[in-house]
Amino acid sequence: MPAPGKTLEIRTSPHILSGYSVDSIMFNVVLALLPVTAFAIFAFGLAGLLTLSMALVSCVLTEHLICRATGKPTTIGDWSVTITGLLYGLTLPPSLPLWMVAVGGVICVAMGKALFGGLGYNTFNPALVGRAVLQAAFPVAMTTWIAGFTAGRFTSLPSSTLTLPFTEPTVDAVTSATPLALWKFSRETTAVADLATGFTSGSAGETSSILIILGGLYLIARNMMNWRIPVSIIAAVFVLSGALHLVDPTRYASPVFMIFSGGLMLGAMFMASDMVGSPMTSIGCYLYGALIGVVTVVIRTWGGLPEGVMYAILLGNAVTPHLDRWFRPRVYGTATKEAAS
Amino acid sequence: MSRALPASPAPTSTWHMYRAMVGVGVCCGLLIVGVFQATRPVIERNKAEALQSAIFQVLPDATASTTFRLRDSGDFAPVDGSAAGGDGEPLVYAGYDDDQKLVGLAVEAQGMGYQDVIRLIYGYSFADEAIIGTQVLESKETPGLGDKIETDPGFLENFERLDVSLAQDQSSLAHPIVPVRHGNKTQPWEVDGITGATISSEAIANILNQSAQQWIPRIQRNLQDFQGGE
Amino acid sequence: MAVSTKTTTDEFIKGLWKDNPVFVQVLGMCPALAVSNTARNALAMGLATAFVLVMSNMVVSSLRSFIPKEVRIATYILVIATFVTLVDYVIQAISLDLYKALGAFISLIVVNCLILGRAEAFASKNTIARSTMDGLGMGVGFAFALFSIGAVREIFGAGSLFGVSLFHDAFQDWVVMVLPSGGFFTLAGWLLLFNWIKQRKAQRERAATLSLTEEAAR
Repeated sequence: MPAPGKTLEIRTSPHILSGYSVDSIMFNVVLALLPVTAFAIFAFGLAGLLTLSMALVSCVLTEHLICRATGKPTTIGDWSVTITGLLYGLTLPPSLPLWMVAVGGVICVAMGKALFGGLGYNTFNPALVGRAVLQAAFPVAMTTWIAGFTAGRFTSLPSSTLTLPFTEPTVDAVTSATPLALWKFSRETTAVADLATGFTSGSAGETSSILIILGGLYLIARNMMNWRIPVSIIAAVFVLSGALHLVDPTRYASPVFMIFSGGLMLGAMFMASDMVGSPMTSIGCYLYGALIGVVTVVIRTWGGLPEGVMYAILLGNAVTPHLDRWFRPRVYGTATKEAAS
Repeated sequence: MSRALPASPAPTSTWHMYRAMVGVGVCCGLLIVGVFQATRPVIERNKAEALQSAIFQVLPDATASTTFRLRDSGDFAPVDGSAAGGDGEPLVYAGYDDDQKLVGLAVEAQGMGYQDVIRLIYGYSFADEAIIGTQVLESKETPGLGDKIETDPGFLENFERLDVSLAQDQSSLAHPIVPVRHGNKTQPWEVDGITGATISSEAIANILNQSAQQWIPRIQRNLQDFQGGE
Repeated sequence: MAVSTKTTTDEFIKGLWKDNPVFVQVLGMCPALAVSNTARNALAMGLATAFVLVMSNMVVSSLRSFIPKEVRIATYILVIATFVTLVDYVIQAISLDLYKALGAFISLIVVNCLILGRAEAFASKNTIARSTMDGLGMGVGFAFALFSIGAVREIFGAGSLFGVSLFHDAFQDWVVMVLPSGGFFTLAGWLLLFNWIKQRKAQRERAATLSLTEEAAR
């Protein structure tokens, strides 16, 4: 970048600025994620702090090194990789060995972002790509959750966190099933109040729905996030699971439980609404959100896994280019069909 | 027509086409049948050996075995040849120790796994009234996950002594074999599952249950058929 | 460059590297992805394919004046299918375990486009010696490629090579590597490496010719 004042920039119209640059939007997303991050560290102590730091460091470092290797100016300054690292860390079980966190971080940025051509070209949400590969590679470690709010969480670590690279972790801490797993395997429900406030077990950042909603509302209020996506995802989940619950309440969980449990809130607010992977038009966004919501309920209800938000969003990302082709945004200045005829 | 078309090649005669296809076909046919004939005894010996070693694997005390066939009358008759592979015919393999004493029976069973049909053989001990070993003969379970049914030591421990004693009326098992989630096994007839291979490990338990419910009462009724050996 | 200037050795060498069936031509993907979960399976599959390739090239080339072009594809398939059936029986006779692992994929060698491709594109136009060397080169190249994929997948996915454990018992298996998706990842990794090497080589050659012309200009 040339120093300001030294060059005269001449540009063609339009001269109206949108007001927000990529950097400032990304930075605000980071801000919106801070409460969730702080709560994750508060809930899981040192293990949460180390997991999140490792996720962040591995993602940022990978981005920097790839930029260096390909001879481009480093792009870590635009905050987007910070979001990737933070979101990726928030979706991990806090007791995951740090070496696995680092492996996944490299995959996030190298495979999910750089291979597709960097920011703006990454069809799939990089954080979820990394998580999906980890889920397939280490299914046991990725589904072992420690209980939150244990007494010694700020002074001691679960033994699995510091597992030597490439070795199998051993878990000594108290493990605890997530609310979704409890429902899936033993039909136990968790109180909605606990789900909303986050006093349950789960991945580092997905437990406290209220803080996630607050972060999302902040972004919506500043017009930095498309509210249609989270709203339609949540609505789809609510309607479908509500209908199922009405049919047979013993087999299908209540819609409120479905909305507040697992990674749905985090996924809907911060991952599905990622600008690169979501459709451009409003109607596309509604369809995209509905698809994610429906797939999530289908996986949770009939699939082999207790949680399916990750796969639902990745599938939504894959459909986005098609949605954009079917519902093209109107080119500014051209007439609509009705006006023309 | 001043310009001549490019000379098209002379059409191939029908005879040449027949000659090529029939000639190649006959040669190929002869070759295939010849190799099939040459390898058949070896393949059959391999199959018999694999079955034989599986029988001794699931009946560790046995040193000899005889194949029995289920007759229409409901009792068992020995089959010629030590371990002929059954072509759908229900066969059981009786194992004897050095003193010609019957130690147990090996039974083949199959059922649907996660990917495809799982075929296995299990050993039934008369003395313990229990399954004392299983071996998977054929499975296409996911490598790394489902195939733990063949390797996971904790899972295989289930079958060192899996209770299959009969109920009072001798027509079914006292307790059906049931799969339980990993770490929840409390009874000798429960099968402790594998984390990450839930469906495959449950499939094994169900295959065993189905087969044992059918075969063990029948075997117990006709115990005298197997006595004495050869 | 006329074909005739190539020696038979060149026909062999090209299959190993320059025209490697998997890494350069990207042919025969079905076995390359499906049967490469362990080094042993991959190598066995590669060798079986190589055998069929050499034999079919040899036969097709020796019959090239005998087979009219109207029925050539049917005849080639007949020849290929025969050799695949032979391999099927021989593997069953050698080891049932190996046969179980390779399973349905042995029969699928028949439809491996690499084999029909070489018969049609090369063996039907070249001498027996050349065609045999071409088949051998392509076959060895294919086996090498499958082995490269299989070895990586087995090392990561099971911590072993040819069933021999490489690390201590606590090694964490990367389950994804033995699953089908691991095959895609590994293949992609190798393609990346091969293309990178090729690109660097081309760059260096260009630089060399540039400096030569500069010197000549001086």
